[in-house]
Amino acid sequence: MGFLDIDNATKSYGSVEVLHKVDISVQEGEFLVLVGPSGCGKSTLLNMIAGLEDITSGEIRIKDQVMNGVHPSNRNIAMVFQSYALYPNMTVGQNITFGLEMHGVPKPEREKAMTEVANLLQIEQLLDRKPGQLSGGQRQRVAMGRALVREPDVFLFDEPLSNLDAKLRVDMRTEIKKLHQNLGTTIVYVTHDQIEAMTLSSRIAVMNGGYVQQLGTPQEIYDTPANIFVATFMGSPAMNVVPAKVAVLNGRPHAEVALHDGSVAQLPFSQDNLSAWDGREILLGIRPETITDMDGADRKSSNIASMTNRIVVTEPAGSDTFVSMTLGGQDVIARMRSDAEVAPGQDFPFAVNMEKAVAFDPESEMRITP
Amino acid sequence: MSQATQDTAIRTGRVTRTLIYLVLLLFGLFYLLPLYVMLVNSVKPLEEITGGGMMNLPQVFTLEPWLKAWSSAQIGVDPTGLKPYFWNSIKMVVPAVIVSTILGALNGYVLTKWRFKYDTILFGLMLFACFIPFQIVLIPMARMLGIIGLAGTTWGLALVHVVYGIGFTTLYFRNYYAVFPTELIRAAQIDGAGFFQIFWRILLPSSGPIAVVSIIWQFTNIWNDFLFGASFADANSQPMTVALNNLVQSSTGVKEYNVHFAGAILAAMPTLLVYIVAGRYFVRGLMAGSVKG
Amino acid sequence: MAASADADFKTRLQNWIPKLVLSPSLAMMLVFVYGFILFSVYLSFTDSRILPSFGWVGWENYDKLWRLSHWETSLINMGIFASLYIVICTCIGLGLAIFLDQKIRGEGLLRPIYLYPMALSFIVTGTAWKWFLDPGIGLENVMHTWGWTSFEFDWIKNRDYAIYTVVLAAVWQTSGFVMAMFLAGLRGIDNEILRAAQMDGASNWNLYRRIIIPQLRPAFLSAFVILSHLAIKTFDLVIALTGGGPGRATELPATFMYSYTFTRNQMGIGAASATIMLMTIAAIMIPYLYAELREKR
Repeated sequence: MGFLDIDNATKSYGSVEVLHKVDISVQEGEFLVLVGPSGCGKSTLLNMIAGLEDITSGEIRIKDQVMNGVHPSNRNIAMVFQSYALYPNMTVGQNITFGLEMHGVPKPEREKAMTEVANLLQIEQLLDRKPGQLSGGQRQRVAMGRALVREPDVFLFDEPLSNLDAKLRVDMRTEIKKLHQNLGTTIVYVTHDQIEAMTLSSRIAVMNGGYVQQLGTPQEIYDTPANIFVATFMGSPAMNVVPAKVAVLNGRPHAEVALHDGSVAQLPFSQDNLSAWDGREILLGIRPETITDMDGADRKSSNIASMTNRIVVTEPAGSDTFVSMTLGGQDVIARMRSDAEVAPGQDFPFAVNMEKAVAFDPESEMRITP
Repeated sequence: MSQATQDTAIRTGRVTRTLIYLVLLLFGLFYLLPLYVMLVNSVKPLEEITGGGMMNLPQVFTLEPWLKAWSSAQIGVDPTGLKPYFWNSIKMVVPAVIVSTILGALNGYVLTKWRFKYDTILFGLMLFACFIPFQIVLIPMARMLGIIGLAGTTWGLALVHVVYGIGFTTLYFRNYYAVFPTELIRAAQIDGAGFFQIFWRILLPSSGPIAVVSIIWQFTNIWNDFLFGASFADANSQPMTVALNNLVQSSTGVKEYNVHFAGAILAAMPTLLVYIVAGRYFVRGLMAGSVKG
Repeated sequence: MAASADADFKTRLQNWIPKLVLSPSLAMMLVFVYGFILFSVYLSFTDSRILPSFGWVGWENYDKLWRLSHWETSLINMGIFASLYIVICTCIGLGLAIFLDQKIRGEGLLRPIYLYPMALSFIVTGTAWKWFLDPGIGLENVMHTWGWTSFEFDWIKNRDYAIYTVVLAAVWQTSGFVMAMFLAGLRGIDNEILRAAQMDGASNWNLYRRIIIPQLRPAFLSAFVILSHLAIKTFDLVIALTGGGPGRATELPATFMYSYTFTRNQMGIGAASATIMLMTIAAIMIPYLYAELREKR
């Protein structure tokens, strides 16, 4: 039994099922991120936890209490919205204490709680202003203050950073993470931004089409994606997925991939179980940062393969240089150090860290596991 | 929108511009003409009008026609002037505007923030009710007012105007609340606010612009109504418009045009005042909600 | 939020309150609008005279109605009035809106002048125009005293032309409002499109004809719907301006219904004419409302 249990939760609108048997158990103090493209059902799931949408079948429990049919205000949760949803006609102070007022908390206690939260978030000087007079970042803080003051069991965040500009977003991200570390609260956080998901979470649920595609720690999700959707959704630039053929050479499975001129590169796998796929087509997944020049290859890796391929385009991005090439008939991106000496049209010797390579079944698109 | 006004891309030549100004001014005169006629002729003695001086400024200035129209002109059987009918109109308009606006606001709130199955069909039915020719309800309404004992009273008229005004007020508030962020309602629900608390504390404080629209619209329509007043009011409850028409159409005696004009201005005064004072808020409020492309 | 069987009290309350709040308006609407419509339609098939009576006569009232020359007159008048009113209001409204949109100095002064007639009662409008157009004391008389003795303008007293004075007064009252609708439409057009068209070398005339006016389609549609429904409902203006006369020359369906029901004691025929008015408006409004509401979902 977890702290927050989502047990076989399903959601339908009429005859259309938009969320299929979701099963997630969140421990106390955990930071769970629901991530996926728009329309994947992540916000619906969050609203179901909040009680803003009812549950068609299944159960949601907080601290072992069944929450189905319980009014949102009686679930002891708090939510931070994408638009912040600050009441425009109330001051910041009134916004923060409105929930306490509705729950009949006497005024002196409300004031005390407000001061504490304002101190914590450093918004004391804003308490008498109206939301319209605040900047995006300040509104964000006030919205979090409104959630914090309730001392809820579970915090729900609905894409809280998506309305901020790029720099502020990074700052607020760090701030949220700090807050979580200091207060040890249980958080469910919805985002479509995979970087937010990776940086903030203790666990990630990657969602698509109303299904949880994979649930795991950021590292698990990144290194051993359950399927091609998770592999290409998480990570930027996305994982390269190219058609390849398995061939067992000297007792070891290799991936045979077509280079730009039609000749074949043979890249040895680290996973022996792939020998069972000898002679069959697979999809080979290689993350851009595992294709480098020889000097940039991961020293800790025990399996660096090499291949010479022609460079099509180079894109210097300051900290890295992205290099694109044709592999297996597709565009493939490599992420090199910025000082790598590369030029378009050049035939370049690449190092491929095959320890990190993954293979997918082209039929089911699932990762081929030992 | 403001950008477009600041910076219209179209350029016109000098001759075209002169022509444009000319046309615009001519139309301005066209729209002002009846107002001018009413104003100047309401303050001159009758002989000046009958003598062919309708377009002239008054030679003798007199407020006699105004006084007569207000307090002593013959309307129906009694020489009461328009005064009692003015109050009839007020007694009818004020409650009708208030009630229909409150109901419209609540309806708009429910129809946008508490949606349920078939709510669009219900709204469609309400909206269609705005546009029916009221002739279709005259006969049964007259009977209904008799049955509930409100026939020939200002309360009865107020009720009629509430009933047939709800469609428009609901339309205004619905369109306005439709763009009001639903996340605010959800936040308030999580904060523990109930249906009426959300309405009262969150929605209503932001409803100023559309309330102005609804009030002006209802006030103008109800004050200016003639059909219901003529159909359902008795001699003691007739509104201003019906009384003015009786004054102008009365076939007995000399036609006192100057009194008619003064009476017309008296009947137009409240709505004109509202228009002058709050007209710009009306347009602004409409823009905030309903009129979109 | 649909009610779950196991919902707590607060949740269940919240499922009921909105419907409860809506119900008074709903009940009023169902009785006073749709109930009454059914009642009136029913009356149109009965032998009602001074008071409603419930003797079923089938289509007799409609038969009689279509044979009445008054009804025919009112329909012909409606045709003339509605088409002229709609066309002229639209032209003036669009023209003024385009002109006002040329960065006009004094727009702030002109706009309210164009719009204020909308705030007036049709009775006031009718009274003002009635005496202004009256040949005895109005325009004609004024021209005579100014020396133009051959000037004749007696349309309001002339059976063949009186209906055009109704058009004049109605246009005066509403064209400013139509202008405002078009102006809002014009202001909503993206300036970048206009710039692009100018780069393509379009003249002002072509800019309006090919780019701007086609984009005003929604405004045209709203103007048409509003004007046609106002036209069919026109009643007070005729009462105040001409009283339906001279003779019956400016009778419209709305005044016809009123006089047959309340002064001629032919309630059955009155109800039949009201039913026809309703059907006409429904034919215009229902497709429009249907399209509007579908879009907004």
